[in-house]
Amino acid sequence: MSKILVLAEQQFGKLANATFSAIGAARQLAEKTGASYDIALAGQGIGGLAEQLGAYGAGTIYVLEDASLEKYTAQAYAQAFHSAAKASGATFVVAAATAIGKDCTPRVAARLGAGQASDVVAINGSGGALTYTRPMWAGNVLGEVKINTDIQVLTVRGSDFDAAEATGGSSAVEKIAAGVDAGSLRMTYVGLDAVESSRPALTDADVVISGGRGLKEASNFKLVEELADLLGGAVGATRAVVDAGWVPNDWQVGQTGKVVAPKLYIAVGISGAIQHLAGMKGSKTIVAINKDPEAPIFQVADYGLVADLFEVVPELTSKLKARAG
Amino acid sequence: MKILVTAKRVTDPDSKIVIKPDGSLDLDGVDFRMNYFCEIAVEEALRIQENLDDVEVVAVAIGDEEATKEVRTALAMGADRGILVECDEAKLDSDLVARILVKVVEEEEPDLIIMGKQAVDGDNNQVGQLLAEYLGWPQATFAYKVELEGETAAKVQREVDGGVETVHLTFPAVITTDLRLNEPRYASLPGIMKAKRKKLDVFEPDDFDIELEQKVEVVGYKAPPSRQAGVTVDSVDALLDKLANEAKVI
Ligand SMILES: Cc1cc2nc3c(=O)[nH]c(=O)nc-3n(C[C@H](O)[C@H](O)[C@H](O)COP(=O)(O)OP(=O)(O)OC[C@H]3O[C@@H](n4cnc5c(N)ncnc54)[C@H](O)[C@@H]3O)c2cc1C
Repeated sequence: MSKILVLAEQQFGKLANATFSAIGAARQLAEKTGASYDIALAGQGIGGLAEQLGAYGAGTIYVLEDASLEKYTAQAYAQAFHSAAKASGATFVVAAATAIGKDCTPRVAARLGAGQASDVVAINGSGGALTYTRPMWAGNVLGEVKINTDIQVLTVRGSDFDAAEATGGSSAVEKIAAGVDAGSLRMTYVGLDAVESSRPALTDADVVISGGRGLKEASNFKLVEELADLLGGAVGATRAVVDAGWVPNDWQVGQTGKVVAPKLYIAVGISGAIQHLAGMKGSKTIVAINKDPEAPIFQVADYGLVADLFEVVPELTSKLKARAG
Repeated sequence: MKILVTAKRVTDPDSKIVIKPDGSLDLDGVDFRMNYFCEIAVEEALRIQENLDDVEVVAVAIGDEEATKEVRTALAMGADRGILVECDEAKLDSDLVARILVKVVEEEEPDLIIMGKQAVDGDNNQVGQLLAEYLGWPQATFAYKVELEGETAAKVQREVDGGVETVHLTFPAVITTDLRLNEPRYASLPGIMKAKRKKLDVFEPDDFDIELEQKVEVVGYKAPPSRQAGVTVDSVDALLDKLANEAKVI
């Protein structure tokens, strides 16, 4: 009998939005295999979150609490999630492909002797013959992969699985031993230097305005930020400007940064290197503003404006303001 | 202190990868080089070596015989010794790479392993974490800054969602690199000459009693859906009109 376990992600007492996409993926898996799904939640003092997760149609919410789980570390969380996988009898383990998901899930797979498909964007087939589609080579290629182990582990991209809606009802909540061997832990969480922002998170935003090296210097990034704030959007950036230290690391969109798929993506002064496209070409509507008509970004843009950004971005911002009245 | 670094051979990120009609990849004429994240790993190990006495840096690659070149590149950058575990790359998956590395680690007993967070071909982002778990070691993935505490521990800043996280690791440990950890050096000409004389041992999975049984298999490749060609607009007003009336996103 197939059984699915979703690894929920919480930090500082808050569930990550991506967890709901992972639940969305679990529902697809459930439909294809006839399996039911459970959710594992690890941490300390997280009863309230378990309650919240209980409205998403899972059979059981496994709650793993232990002093060693107070703050996220890969070693302790992998041990706890492994305990939950054992308790639930999971044949599929699903987590979001977030920083934590990428960090922790392979360790869970190793403990389970399972194969893992990372960054899954589609689940194909049904019953016992599933394959997973995942981007490779910076999204130049989609690979179709098959997992040969009895337990299959997936991390899924939030941009490609709709977040599950609450279905009402309430799952059984079961506290189980986290099974963390405190003596084996040789890492501790020290702290987080958080990027404070009142803007929506990049990966959740409906609108993303990203800036590139065409902005010339850090202080000009405010052109992008103003436009984003006006549209209630998030701000993204290319690796080039993150490397230059103009903006926080956390803003990088691309193969090795965040993958976003908003309704509207505006690329300002961005050439459109394949590594950048890998993180945004799933956006619904793409606008490119670049003064070079040959820039590759125009090949993925729905609307291209060949112009000097220093003229048209302020104009765009002021005309949008005027429209908003 | 001994540091093990990886030097994976990958397709040049600027090369175009073509999918053949039968769903396999056409890699003829594609350039290869060391995975950029591995270069960062080699660089970080060399910087540690420069700051401490008696640090040995050993570079390892797993792959086809051609991957000798990437090990030599690591040696030319300054690593002391090289290891190639020669096997058919097409028969590997992340888990096999990790299990082969476990054997290398058992032989070499390094204090620290530094490797790329992902290889820019498969983009799996798994091997460092798998290896750490198999060894029962702590890990710091996506490293942004590594501060050693003597030769037995480190504070590592990591690029995570929402900012930069700091973790403390007691060695032996695995660190995987992110883009901004350092700017890797180029191999100098004398470095390249010296590398030719450095020791490079070649093994096969058989030497470690490892059977190449894949847990994850690629059954086919296809091109990603291409986007419909868009239109060029000639003014901000035209753009606003399209966004409001056609795309309906503002
Ligand atoms: C291993 C690896 C991983 C990578 N990962 C990522 C990643 O995750 N994300 C990412 O973004 N990149 C990544 N890169 C880097 C990527 O290859 C490009 O170098 C980078 O995206 C380029 O950034 P850019 O578009 O800002 O700069 P450029 O390529 O320099 O483009 C600047 C653009 O601005 C335009 N411009 C200049 N002035 C103006 C003006 N006044 N008005 C309008 N337009 C103007 C120019 O025409 C040009 O097209 C990676 C690279 C490697 C090797």
